[in-house]
Amino acid sequence: MSAVIDSHGTSHGHDDHHDHGAPAGLMRWVTTTNHKDIGSMYLWFSFVMFLVGGVMALTIRAELFQPGLQIVRPEFFNTMTTYHGLIMVFGAIMPAFVGFANYLIPLMIGAPDMAFPRMNNWSFWLLPPAAILLIGSFFAPGGAAGVGWTMYAPLTSQMGPGMDLTIFAVHILGMSSIMGSINIVTTILNMRCPGMTLMKMPMFVWTWLITAYLLIATMPVLAGAVTMTLTDRHFGTSFFNAAGGGDPVLYQHIFWFFGHPEVYIIAIPAFGVVSQVIPAFSRKPLFGYASMVYATSSIAILSFIVWAHHMYTVGMPVAGQLYYMYATMLIAVPTGVKVFNWVATMWKGSLSFETPMLFALGFLFLFTLGGFTGLVLSMTPVDVQLHDTYYVVAHFHYVMVAGALFSAFAGVYYWLPKWTGRMYDETLGKWHFWLSIIFFNVTFFVQHFLGLAGMPRRIPDYHTQFTEFNVISSIGAFGFGLSQLLFLYIVLKALRSGEKAADKQWDGADTLEWTHLPTPMPYHTFENPPTIK
Amino acid sequence: MMIRKIGTAAGLLVSALFSHAASAAYQLNLTTGATKLSQEVYDLHNLMMWIIVVIFAAVFGVMFWSVYAHRKSVGHKADQFHENTTVEILWTVVPVLILMVMAWPATKTLLAVRDTSSPELTIKATGYQWKWGYDYLKGEGEGISFTAQLTTPRDQIYGMAPKGENYLLETDNHVVVPVGKKVRILTTAADVIHAWYVPALAVKQDAVPGFVRDTAFKAEREGIYRGQCAELCGKEHGFMPIVVEVVSQEKYIAWVNEQKKKMAAAAEDPNKKWDLAELKARGEKVYAGNCVACHQANGKGIPGNFPALDGSKIVNGPIAAQIDIILNGKPPTAMQAFGKQLSDTDIAAVIAYSRNSWGNKMGDMVQPADIKAARK
Repeated sequence: MSAVIDSHGTSHGHDDHHDHGAPAGLMRWVTTTNHKDIGSMYLWFSFVMFLVGGVMALTIRAELFQPGLQIVRPEFFNTMTTYHGLIMVFGAIMPAFVGFANYLIPLMIGAPDMAFPRMNNWSFWLLPPAAILLIGSFFAPGGAAGVGWTMYAPLTSQMGPGMDLTIFAVHILGMSSIMGSINIVTTILNMRCPGMTLMKMPMFVWTWLITAYLLIATMPVLAGAVTMTLTDRHFGTSFFNAAGGGDPVLYQHIFWFFGHPEVYIIAIPAFGVVSQVIPAFSRKPLFGYASMVYATSSIAILSFIVWAHHMYTVGMPVAGQLYYMYATMLIAVPTGVKVFNWVATMWKGSLSFETPMLFALGFLFLFTLGGFTGLVLSMTPVDVQLHDTYYVVAHFHYVMVAGALFSAFAGVYYWLPKWTGRMYDETLGKWHFWLSIIFFNVTFFVQHFLGLAGMPRRIPDYHTQFTEFNVISSIGAFGFGLSQLLFLYIVLKALRSGEKAADKQWDGADTLEWTHLPTPMPYHTFENPPTIK
Repeated sequence: MMIRKIGTAAGLLVSALFSHAASAAYQLNLTTGATKLSQEVYDLHNLMMWIIVVIFAAVFGVMFWSVYAHRKSVGHKADQFHENTTVEILWTVVPVLILMVMAWPATKTLLAVRDTSSPELTIKATGYQWKWGYDYLKGEGEGISFTAQLTTPRDQIYGMAPKGENYLLETDNHVVVPVGKKVRILTTAADVIHAWYVPALAVKQDAVPGFVRDTAFKAEREGIYRGQCAELCGKEHGFMPIVVEVVSQEKYIAWVNEQKKKMAAAAEDPNKKWDLAELKARGEKVYAGNCVACHQANGKGIPGNFPALDGSKIVNGPIAAQIDIILNGKPPTAMQAFGKQLSDTDIAAVIAYSRNSWGNKMGDMVQPADIKAARK
């Protein structure tokens, strides 16, 4: 047990704190250092950004509903694809899982709060300015940057001041992520309650420990890449400018050295949520806990050595292509182990299918499909055909939306009763799940066919042979988008008039927040750490 | 009333889905293509798909059996087992073996795809914002050089005319190559990264400014194969197609001769004196082919992104400055060095056009000889 908890536990009596509720008013949220408040703010922020990014996605799908240019100009279309990606990755999915981490890690390891509560406040409050910069770039002269979320040089050199605002936004988001990660690592390593050894931690905590290291290692790399872009734009450097002795492809190497681990930064916490939800609704412990920890760590390590599989067509030596192909295929092994473990967890369980479990199973099914297409794409000769087509778009939306987003929904439905003390409407929750999974597949499954037939991504207009699947995809996208408003309604309804939730709402749940804390939780929890046998 | 509305909506939907049934709609797989390698890639992809189908059936067979049989609602009691070393080793080792089976054909195909040695024809493809330039560097037809850009009329794009058969996939000049000959394509770019992508030839190669990359194909069947730029390259990224025409050896030689004749005829007398009306008429065509995407047909540009020429200080200022920006471009903006792409006459023509169109009434011009003098 750590010294931090010792001093806190003894110097403040248990009773001193119990009458401390949350302070009232707006300043509560500005000044709060409480991990629950900060977790809630992260989750709400990410939902707002999810809607903003979603509107951009629907703009794209509306333009692509029919061939020809109907709604937006091509340069605006490019900004939509760019900021849809940036906002969904950095504004919606990542903050959502950081929100889960803030709210749940202290509860799951029996700690009173995060290790650095003020830094925690600061890491959240960096996000709104970054979001303002991102969205503000649309109002800069020349509009926002139409360069794709990957921001490849030297196209970035041709953009207006909107590009600079975006670069600063990325800097700020990176700072926020690094601070959040340091906080998470310190909390997990130092503030576990007595008896909570590393190999007894809930899987969700393990996944965040690994993710936090990935973030600390890669966010500075991204910051470096965009800073070089900035100096190339304004200060006469030539990192990515061949005319000055630089190399445009260097940018891609640096970006994807960040970018590939980033995929796992998003996916690994999602694995963590699912690893809590599936055992709870199978009423059976997670199968192969230790191998799950090792598999997750292997995925994290492998993620650093496969980056150039995003660049098979850039013109690297054939030996490089072979190496990246083999290394990429290798990732299928630990990923397979995880999928097998989840299925084995369900095997001979006692399964029930409340909304969190439905979303977790939706995750398992569709994420695995995304994994299969990933395997197809790992094959260099096939990837050369499919690179930068809609096949890749479909692949990463299976991993990011059906993977990460569905897992986040599973998490929200699972923990909402604990967080708010109120139950959501189970019938509406199931509606949300079925609408989401059906419309998701309507939107993205057909995009595999578009890619196989050769439709490039990031084009505002297309040949008429692609019309049919684009029509289907656009209809699905609008259905999917509208279904998410139902989610907002479900959460608000639960907050206003949901039934009171039980202390242990799910009978299969076995982590500390369910077994040791009342529902609703007091504002401060585990001021005296519990002891685990 | 409601039902009728739904019926109308469904009718619209159905007609939208089937209206293009005549084209190659609902293509579900990769193209088998026109080269042996594209057939190999197709087969490799199919092999992978079958392996995936088997894994899929095994994994989700187990999962859905659990979902069906091990439900709480049918009273199934949970076992509490949570590890089994044998099974865990097994499902780590077996995937490794499956991957090795997949890696073998993938490696073979990759080595074949990347073999660009001993070509019979070498063509350089240069990506420009937003068209392709081609130079036949080596082999039959050496010295041929042209640019290829989109010919789909704007009316079709903006829905004022019905869309043609090769909507967005048609260019003024085709890359003509002989059937059964190995063609090596060198790619490079003048401004930003583009990618030369023709699905039927199983070829996709990024074109990186300042660097030369290569790829190769050997078409087995005559025909016209269409592709597009595959790397986001700015505003008109979706509008710079690639059309490769594979013809018999005899037809190819005829085409080469015709091109050579055309090039000889096009080599104009550099000292010819043009008058303003002549030059302006030619300049309008040059403008439509090279400038209109950014500076727009009305010369107003796109505010904030691309400057207006109508009333521009450069176009209405000293003529030498205008020659300089057209010849050398304005890095790093999308304004390219057109000196590399356009002839002296074309540059003189577009200068005459821009200085004497819209609200610009300079009344002056330069001769091709002056452009030649300015190139140094």
